[in-house]
Amino acid sequence: MKDMQSTTSTLNITVDDLSVTYSNARLALYNANCTVEAGTITGLVGPNGSGKSTLFKSIMGFLQPSQGQIRVGGFPVQKAQKRQLMAYVPQADEVDWNFPINVFDVVMMGRYGYMNLLRIPSAKDRRLVMESLERVNMSDFRHRQIGELSGGQKKRAFLARALAQEGKVILLDEPFTGVDVKTEKRMIDLLMQLRQEGHTILVSTHDLASISTFCDRTILLNQTILASGTTAETFTEENLAMTFGGLPVSSLRQKSRQSEAEV
Amino acid sequence: MSDLVAAIPLWDWLVEPLQYGFLRQAIWVSAFVGFVCAALSCYITLKGWSLMGDAVSHAVVPGVVVAYALNIPFAVGAFLFGFGATVAIGYVKSKTRLKEDAVIGVVFTGFFAFGIVLVTKIPSNIDLFHILFGNVLGISQQDIVQTLIAGVITLTVIFLRRKDLLLFCFDPNHAKAIGLNTEFIYYTLLSVLALTIVTALQTAGIILVIAMLVTPGSIAYLLTDRFDHMLGISIASSVFSCVLGTYLSYHFDVSTGGSIVVLLTLLFVITMVFAPRYGILAQRSKQRSNPIAAEAQGQELSRDQA
Ligand SMILES: Nc1ncnc2c1ncn2[C@@H]1O[C@H](COP(=O)(O)OP(=O)(O)O)[C@@H](O)[C@H]1O
Ligand SMILES: [Mg+2]
Repeated sequence: MKDMQSTTSTLNITVDDLSVTYSNARLALYNANCTVEAGTITGLVGPNGSGKSTLFKSIMGFLQPSQGQIRVGGFPVQKAQKRQLMAYVPQADEVDWNFPINVFDVVMMGRYGYMNLLRIPSAKDRRLVMESLERVNMSDFRHRQIGELSGGQKKRAFLARALAQEGKVILLDEPFTGVDVKTEKRMIDLLMQLRQEGHTILVSTHDLASISTFCDRTILLNQTILASGTTAETFTEENLAMTFGGLPVSSLRQKSRQSEAEV
Repeated sequence: MSDLVAAIPLWDWLVEPLQYGFLRQAIWVSAFVGFVCAALSCYITLKGWSLMGDAVSHAVVPGVVVAYALNIPFAVGAFLFGFGATVAIGYVKSKTRLKEDAVIGVVFTGFFAFGIVLVTKIPSNIDLFHILFGNVLGISQQDIVQTLIAGVITLTVIFLRRKDLLLFCFDPNHAKAIGLNTEFIYYTLLSVLALTIVTALQTAGIILVIAMLVTPGSIAYLLTDRFDHMLGISIASSVFSCVLGTYLSYHFDVSTGGSIVVLLTLLFVITMVFAPRYGILAQRSKQRSNPIAAEAQGQELSRDQA
């Protein structure tokens, strides 16, 4: 299994019985089970505070789950990090936009994992950075300090960093928030190209209208996984009402226990 | 002609002290210290670690006392206790539900108080006043050697690891995502912080060393959006203040550490008011010329804070 999924093929993500508790002792996610199928674009949908970012950070290995197991392409998260399998495009409010750094240097940080300890870029690193900037149409802005960009340009800069990193799995946390329709359309086109090239993409979004246009699969989340599957199956009126309608958590808990019992 | 006559005594007054070896020595030592502190200052201000710097500087006191008592170099004792305090802070924070600033406050005052108790109990010829406020004019050759060693190690580590340190300050999550050992970078930055404080101990003293670690970086941050420029401005303002402050402290017979920090603070105030983009005046004229944009920016700011 491990060696079957080499870096040239597509990689999936499996989340098995994941629970995350923050230091304020609040359970942010519990008993979450899902699979992000290899080579798909999977949409992650849920209201604010439902744990989308928490799920992303668990998959990326930024926080330590209190329970559960995550594998990326069959590898544990730490191995996947070391092999540059996963790239992450953070939510806008997680970035210090006043940091004295320009777009080119941010994208170059995507290459650090390939460099020696002194992080001296090779010709290849520079070429990949320029190509990544080109792909997101940001070459002209490469000398801009990151705070001097529009919302869409900011997202594209970090997407370029993910491209430069050449991760087979790309996670994007609300990439369309604060982005105009035209830019969103362009980013979606790019995501579809990346899928074509064998990337696995997990993207959280509040733009419910566009999901069926580009997401092969959808995961509905509200503190646990409520539904997941192909967009046609999952993205139903009924499921959305359950996700956003504010069912009391207790009934959700019961539901997840039941499903556990069934297994 | 009369101008010239008047100018000669002034010139003498300015140059005369430079004949003294001890003053020349104090000037270059403090310039060196200013250089080291200013380099690290850029990382500390961007990371938001000012309070951590304050903590480490106070926590070294027992180390200095113990080192003198055991007759080992003061730098070794100071470093061990300074770095030990950061480890203690990390440990307490991970084991309790306290917020970081409370943990830092508890740990460093504990270390500091322990040091004060030791100073007053262990018979030694340590002058508490010199530890607290520095004494670069009376610095011994031995202490200079220790200052130089600590400073050179600091600069070397910063220079070799500068890219990783900057990435760690900017986006530690990304550092993790690409498989870097962020724990190691975290402790690298902390140990460099402790070493820098050891470097600055003799010049600025424990109480004021935090100014040398925060103010130069803050001045530079208000003046530029590029990290390499920030480094240059930080170092220039710090070395300038150290040289002039040491020199003036001799002339007016006032505390050296005090003069340096007063000069740094003056530079900061001037920058805060007149900085071309981020100064108070520039911000105000921007608002006046473009009230709508200013309002939008204000909204964005409050959203950022939310
Ligand atoms: N660092 C944190 N410390 C404590 N609680 C947090 C932290 N981050 C998120 N939470 C809480 O965890 C829950 C899920 O948050 P999050 O994953 O950010 O949701 P989403 O991304 O779907 O809006 C929320 O209730 C939020 O308040
Ligand atoms: Mg979120």
